[in-house]
Amino acid sequence: MERAPKPGKDVPPKKDKRQAKRKKPRRYWEEDTAPTTDRACPGPPRNKKRNQELRPQKPKNTHILKKPRISKKPQVPKKLRKRTNPEPERNLSGAQDPFPGPAPVPVEVVQKFCRIDKSKKIPHSKSKTRNRLEVAEAEEEETSVKAARSELLLAEEPGFLEGENGEDTAKILQADIVEAVDIASAAKHFDLNLRQFGPYRLNYSRTGRHLAFGGSRGHVAALDWVTKRLMCEINVMEAVRDIRFLHSEALLAVAQNRWLHIYDNQGIELHCIRRCDRVTRLEFLPFHFLLATASETGFLTYLDVSVGKIVAALNARAGRLGVMTQNPYNAVIHLGHSNGTVSLWSPAMKEPLAKILCHRGGVRAVTVDSTGTYMATSGLDHQLKIFDLRGTFQPLSARTLPQGAGHLAFSQRGLLVAGMGDVVNIWAGQGQAGPPSLEQLYLTHRLSGPVHGLQFCPFEDVLGVGHSGGVTSMLVPGAAEPNFDGLDSNPYRSRKQRQEWEVKALLEKVPAELICLDPRALAEVDVISLEQEKKERIERLGYDPEAKTPFQPKPKQKGRSSTASLVKRKRKVMDEEHREKVRQSFEQQKQHKQKKTKPFGAWPSALDRFVR
Amino acid sequence: MSTNQAVESLLALSQQEDLVDLPKDYPLSASEDEGDSDGERKHQKLLEAISSLGGKNRQKLAERSEASLKVSEFNVSSEGLGEKLVLADLLEPVKTSSSLATVRKHLNRVKSKKTVEVPLNKEEVERIHREVAFNKTSHVLSKWDPIILKNRQAEQLVFPLEKEQPAFAPIEHMLSGWKARSPLEQEIFNLLHKNKQPVTDPLLNPVEKASLKAMSLEEAKMRRAELQRARALQSYYEARTRREKKIKSKKYHRVMKKAKGKQALKEFEQLQKVNPTAALEELEKIEKARMMERMSLKHQNSGKWAKSKAIMAKYDLEARKAMQEQLAKNKELTQRLQVASESEEEEGGTEVEELLVPDAVNEAQMNAEEPNPWMLRSCTSDAKEAGIQEDAEQLPELLDHNVSESEGDERPVAEEEILLKEFEERRSLRKRSKLNQDAESVGSQETKDSISQEVLFELRTLSQKLKENHQSGKQKASSVGTFPQVQREEPVPEEEESLLLQRPERVQTLEELEELEKEECFQNKELPSPILEGHWLKKNPNNQTDAPKKKKKEQMIDLQNLLTTKSPSVKSLAVPTTIEELEDEAETDQKQMIKEAFAGDDVIRDFLKEKREAMEASKPQDVDLTLPGWGEWGGMGLKPSAKKRCQFLIKAPEGPPRKDKNLPNVIISEKRNIHAAAHQVRALPYPFTHHQQFERTIQTPIGSTWNTQRAFQKLTTPKIVTKAGHTIKPIKAEDVGYRSSARSDLSVIQRNPKRLSAHHKKQLKKNSID
Repeated sequence: MERAPKPGKDVPPKKDKRQAKRKKPRRYWEEDTAPTTDRACPGPPRNKKRNQELRPQKPKNTHILKKPRISKKPQVPKKLRKRTNPEPERNLSGAQDPFPGPAPVPVEVVQKFCRIDKSKKIPHSKSKTRNRLEVAEAEEEETSVKAARSELLLAEEPGFLEGENGEDTAKILQADIVEAVDIASAAKHFDLNLRQFGPYRLNYSRTGRHLAFGGSRGHVAALDWVTKRLMCEINVMEAVRDIRFLHSEALLAVAQNRWLHIYDNQGIELHCIRRCDRVTRLEFLPFHFLLATASETGFLTYLDVSVGKIVAALNARAGRLGVMTQNPYNAVIHLGHSNGTVSLWSPAMKEPLAKILCHRGGVRAVTVDSTGTYMATSGLDHQLKIFDLRGTFQPLSARTLPQGAGHLAFSQRGLLVAGMGDVVNIWAGQGQAGPPSLEQLYLTHRLSGPVHGLQFCPFEDVLGVGHSGGVTSMLVPGAAEPNFDGLDSNPYRSRKQRQEWEVKALLEKVPAELICLDPRALAEVDVISLEQEKKERIERLGYDPEAKTPFQPKPKQKGRSSTASLVKRKRKVMDEEHREKVRQSFEQQKQHKQKKTKPFGAWPSALDRFVR
Repeated sequence: MSTNQAVESLLALSQQEDLVDLPKDYPLSASEDEGDSDGERKHQKLLEAISSLGGKNRQKLAERSEASLKVSEFNVSSEGLGEKLVLADLLEPVKTSSSLATVRKHLNRVKSKKTVEVPLNKEEVERIHREVAFNKTSHVLSKWDPIILKNRQAEQLVFPLEKEQPAFAPIEHMLSGWKARSPLEQEIFNLLHKNKQPVTDPLLNPVEKASLKAMSLEEAKMRRAELQRARALQSYYEARTRREKKIKSKKYHRVMKKAKGKQALKEFEQLQKVNPTAALEELEKIEKARMMERMSLKHQNSGKWAKSKAIMAKYDLEARKAMQEQLAKNKELTQRLQVASESEEEEGGTEVEELLVPDAVNEAQMNAEEPNPWMLRSCTSDAKEAGIQEDAEQLPELLDHNVSESEGDERPVAEEEILLKEFEERRSLRKRSKLNQDAESVGSQETKDSISQEVLFELRTLSQKLKENHQSGKQKASSVGTFPQVQREEPVPEEEESLLLQRPERVQTLEELEELEKEECFQNKELPSPILEGHWLKKNPNNQTDAPKKKKKEQMIDLQNLLTTKSPSVKSLAVPTTIEELEDEAETDQKQMIKEAFAGDDVIRDFLKEKREAMEASKPQDVDLTLPGWGEWGGMGLKPSAKKRCQFLIKAPEGPPRKDKNLPNVIISEKRNIHAAAHQVRALPYPFTHHQQFERTIQTPIGSTWNTQRAFQKLTTPKIVTKAGHTIKPIKAEDVGYRSSARSDLSVIQRNPKRLSAHHKKQLKKNSID
């Protein structure tokens, strides 16, 4: 009788306990990952099709355990090692911190921020030097961990498009996408029917907020394309070859038939630069404040817009220059020529930094991706090729297109668009940082006229296409970087913020002569002048102060210090050194040989001949 | 004289040791020695005699008068060498006389007094002093070494060094200048004063203080012992009661209760007799206690009501509800506590689990679950894996060679699958690693784009032709024309292998390009044969039906096939119909068209020419110092001879290899960017000896653009911070935790370095002698 209530009191909680014992850790992780998986909230650039799956959710089971496992590995900072303390500290209240220690940091992310190339061997150093090196390495690790930790603040995730079980994404029309996405995103798809003033070139400002376009019959307009507020609209009564925003949306460079003109955002002509005549293409290097112009006369001119001086006028010696692009990674200008080569230019050098033979016919379009790793070119031979720009300049992939691409553009996240005739084709990369695979089309779109200008909008999943029928803004999910740097290019900045940014950017302006193929060259010592100075110093002093002093035998007593014995001793030491050298060189040779023979190491078995 | 002396001196130099030994040895030496040395002496004498005959500079040797066995050539007897002459010996006459007693006494007195040591000369003394001083100071100063090192390596130093210790001003000081103003404060102080609580020193109130003062040591001890006893007793009592309380026997308790009641009654009766009023009070007390108990019983769960409810709960719904509510409430109240305890337990449990599961298992799981290139790299199975890859890549190669037996295709495929199964695990691992995969895909793409390779191939052939021309021009032997080709053919198999092994990488050398070209030839052979294509097409759907994993494998193996059959794979693309059609057409005779279109264009040849020119231009120039007309005839139409030119030609050292040496389609300028170099560092700072070491320390950017704000602040903290308006005094021993003696020591030494204690001196001497 008395027991009746007891089980009700005691037993169930016990059961709970047992179950909880097994379940609890999982629940922790679930709680941990739940916000990340569910975070696929619709940001402004997020466009999804109705039948798409949430990518991050798909591998849920595998994902769940990923974070903690990785972080426990001893590769990452010592802080994580601390985490493994068997007894976490208790609070005053007696409650335990379920996640003691600092938050774990994924190794890959940390690796991303590491700049020191530890694979490079450095010569043996003294303890003092070693100390400094260790300090530098520790500093790097610390900063990279900090940076990795702040990755958490990048809340937005890129959009994407995924076909429903094997459905080809290329078959999805713009109308479908517009139908599927939210209203705000749908509003980003629009067509401007401007048939009157011919094919249009267009350019987005660096923040991706403003759009300028110029028709080849003189129509120039700039607008805040998100709100569709028109800033200015003029007709310059002259053919417009190209149009480009300068560092901010307040200035606009227009390459007109004869000269280069600069307008402000109200359409007032500020400058007419007559030294840049017959300009065909414009490029603006935002960190150097340089406006690069390629002209019909074959000159590549760099104009410093911050001081209004022409920094360099380089003769490309290749006839008319109609194809130009910049490498956003190192600010090198790429020019395409009619003899199938692409030349790389820097204002500091009178000759091209490099010349690459890309096509058998002339080059029609060139573009470089935002990381400076890949260059896409298309030529008169109807080929589209992707080159690796990291030292080798070799083609990674190529594809023959029926008409050949007249215009190319890379998006911030590595999507490649090619305009051929009135069709726009978009390819997407497979991996994270791989080149776009030309095998599989990502999206295609047909326009009302032949394409004349292409650009992906920064920080918006939008592709702007200028064609003979006007300007089209189409939605390309996953094109743009979802997280913008509010201090660098903030799409929502006010006028005041813009002005402040302008001052800061001007203060941080990079000198034009620093443009070279490897932008990290500044972190290297100028070895040639170092050697030169050393030589001069030796000449000046008459001896080498850093040289190893030659062996001087000690004088010995009792007749053992005769000249002959001295010489003998000297000889001995010299021989020993020589032997050491020989030994080392032998070892090196051996290693070299091993390296060479390594690939041959696995002998094919006799049975291999039957293998197909 | 000269000869003799010279001989003697030489002897003296060389045979010093012998000479020392000789006198001792001589008398003891064996007889055989004697004869020898006798002869020698005689010989010596003879020589002397002969030399004296010359008469020019004869020197008379001193006559030896001592009768001693030991005779040295130096004219000195060495008898009694080790003995010391004692003064007493001299004084001792043959006969003892009394007159000498006094002298002896004196002598004894003198003897008892120790002689003063000879003072060292001045320089020596000074040197010793200096040495001592140096040792001492260096010892004193060496105390500072760790501090100096610490300060040198410190990331930041803040001056002035001594930190102002947060002085804990005693509360009395604080209170002296402070008065209670607000009513609350006043009230509190009033309370404190009333109870004589300490306002300033929080430890003891005046009563305690007084008692402390009053007590003597013994008293205190006694009191302490008393207290201890009381405490012990209390604890015993507590323990007993607790024990009793735990006794479950009802009977015992009943008996106890009764006993207690009886006891109480007895006492009460006694009290009644003695003190009736007190008894009345006691009675009241008992009554009250009982009432209290009853009241408290009401609130207990085991009350009558609760028990009855529990019984009713079976039948009555309301009662049950009430019970449940109570339970719920009970749960609610207890739940939190339970959770806390649970979590603790669980923590322990998980830990145990983790401990139980070895790390390796976890790693393996991880491998299986998601790609982690770092993990994979560290894996020991990497090497094996590489081997597998090689195998896999050899397959297509073999496939190429066996093009002729295309009908036997089915069987090898099966075998291959078996092979694949063998390595399935490792390979799946590798497959999952995304990075690797990317690399592979790149490779595959590269091999796929046959057309691009074609251009390269053409480049290569052209360059080869040029080379051949060059060679033939040199050798002028047409028969040798085939020779280079033969040479070229020879290394092919090896290179082939290497190429295949490195297939996923980029084409880098001309040789590899050649290889690609070769493969292309194979493709060309394959192209016309429809069987293979058909086979491929048949195979492809099969693969698609298989698991996706398998498909990937197949892909990797059949790279060569894919090369040839590019169009079918492309066909599946969804392109607007018009384009698709166009594409079809284009794909069929694309090459043909291009070849026709650019037949006249010699883009590639032009490029090669340009490259050659650039190479020539970048080569360092030789210096020709020949002067025509010197040593031979000069004039119009006469050139200096080849020999002379050869003699006076200074060959420039060959520069480093060009960056584009192995890249046929690229010209990279070798010119230095002087303007950029002006911004680079051109002097190595102190501890670095090699530029690479220094470069490593400046690799990480410190600007706020590349770092988080915190990291930026940390990276740019100044090395030395000084407070404005503070004098920076030299570091003191007290600052770093030393006693100040160090400094005083130093000053003493500096002040009078000459006056050293006797003890020091002795020590020093020892040192110096050592």
